[in-house]
Amino acid sequence: MDKLISEFSFGLFFWQLLIFVFLLLLLKKFAWKPILDTVNERESSIKEAMNKAEAAKKEMASIQEDNQKILKEARAEREALLKEARTNGAEIVAQAKTDAQAEADKVIAQAQESIQNEKRAAINELKNQVAQISLEIAEKVIDSELDSKDKQAKLVDKLIKDASL
Amino acid sequence: MPKGFYLFLITILLFSVNSSYAKESENENAPTDLKSEIKAYILHHLEDTHDFNLLSYTDDTSGEKVYVGMPLPVILWDEGLKIFSSSKLKHGKNVVEAGGNYYKSYHGKIYKTDAQGTIEYDDSHHPTNVKPLDFSITKNVVSILFTAIIMLLLFKGLADSYNKNGMIAKGVGRFFEPIVLYVRDEIAIPNIGEKHYKRFMSYLLTLFFFIWFLNLLGLTPLGINVTGNIAITFALALITFIITNISGKKTYWKHIFWMPGVPVLMKIVLAPIELLGVIIKPFSLMIRLYANISAGHIVLMSLISLMFVFRNWLGSSLSFALAFSISIIEILVALLQAYIFTVLSALYFGFAVEEHDDHDDH
Repeated sequence: MDKLISEFSFGLFFWQLLIFVFLLLLLKKFAWKPILDTVNERESSIKEAMNKAEAAKKEMASIQEDNQKILKEARAEREALLKEARTNGAEIVAQAKTDAQAEADKVIAQAQESIQNEKRAAINELKNQVAQISLEIAEKVIDSELDSKDKQAKLVDKLIKDASL
Repeated sequence: MPKGFYLFLITILLFSVNSSYAKESENENAPTDLKSEIKAYILHHLEDTHDFNLLSYTDDTSGEKVYVGMPLPVILWDEGLKIFSSSKLKHGKNVVEAGGNYYKSYHGKIYKTDAQGTIEYDDSHHPTNVKPLDFSITKNVVSILFTAIIMLLLFKGLADSYNKNGMIAKGVGRFFEPIVLYVRDEIAIPNIGEKHYKRFMSYLLTLFFFIWFLNLLGLTPLGINVTGNIAITFALALITFIITNISGKKTYWKHIFWMPGVPVLMKIVLAPIELLGVIIKPFSLMIRLYANISAGHIVLMSLISLMFVFRNWLGSSLSFALAFSISIIEILVALLQAYIFTVLSALYFGFAVEEHDDHDDH
């Protein structure tokens, strides 16, 4: 300890203190502050970039999820559409069938009616013709019966004879 | 092979200095046996000097000691400023006249003497002459300045490289950026807390790199021992002490003078202990760094010196291997001591700025 004190050089202490404090101030201004500022800035920019990447990743995932959802929805919609179409088709076919049936029935009914009409008309026509023909025959028969005097006389006789009954 | 080269340099340097020392001791009345000579040499190395010598040798023709290195300015405050070159001191051989006063260097310290350079001693052979205030630019001051300039260039370069390269470090700074971040994330934030750490970052970073670089500089073959000097570690510990107590908050002072959660009697007993702790904490910082670095230098130099003590192939090569491994460990210690000083400073700052809410949960 005695030796330590006797060894102690005040001049060296003075210079050391002076130089060290100067060095500290100079380094603080020209080195440590810019270095630490830059490093901090760099670190925060790295952190920011990482956060951004993380956010982008999350966004990407959510977009993908959305896509999946949309795809699923589209598929379901297609399914529904197809199903509807199928039922619609069956309905249409059934409708068409009934419609056709109805039409056919109608046509048949109409045909039957017209057949009846035709038949009636034909019968009427026949009747008329038969009457006509009958008249003509009767005319001819009468004509042929009354073309001689004896016959006329005989007829008259007869008629008188009948009338006098 | 930089490590091998570095050790080679150490060996060469120590060999040259050591051998010259041996010759010098023959001229003087200093202890002549090798072991005490080594001891003197090591102790001499641990001290600060007034000139920056790389090596010295004795000129064979003139028999004079020749020093290779550079002289540094000696600045004394003794009834006015006295400035002269350390080369005038001639390593204690010359008396220097400056401003009407005479000065002489004795064992690395400058004393005021008469014109003949008489130094009077007390009973235990300590000089009794007046020591003027010595503000000389010594070897350690030069080393500190060198480190400060290196740090300024290095970290200014790192800061500038961000601007040029869009927030990415380039050049040498790239190596130091992770260490800056380490100091922030592993030293400052865990010990001080997310809320307050920013205020102390400049000091902690400067402290860490300053100690680390000077420790490493001490391992170069330049014979520098800055962080193993008590004045240096005292200055560093003093700054930590001042910052701690300036930033001390209510909780900090309450823990010192009126410890919460203990009986009143204990509070009274604890107050002086805690108050002592305020001093002991930075004091331990000072001693720890000083002792570790000094011890490292002493061990390393002793092992290198052992090569010359043994003077045979087995002992000397063993000492060499030991010195080699110790110097590698010392590189680690250089970093470790810087780390410990910084961590403990951060811890003390953490105590100082701790707030009441933080305390309740432990």
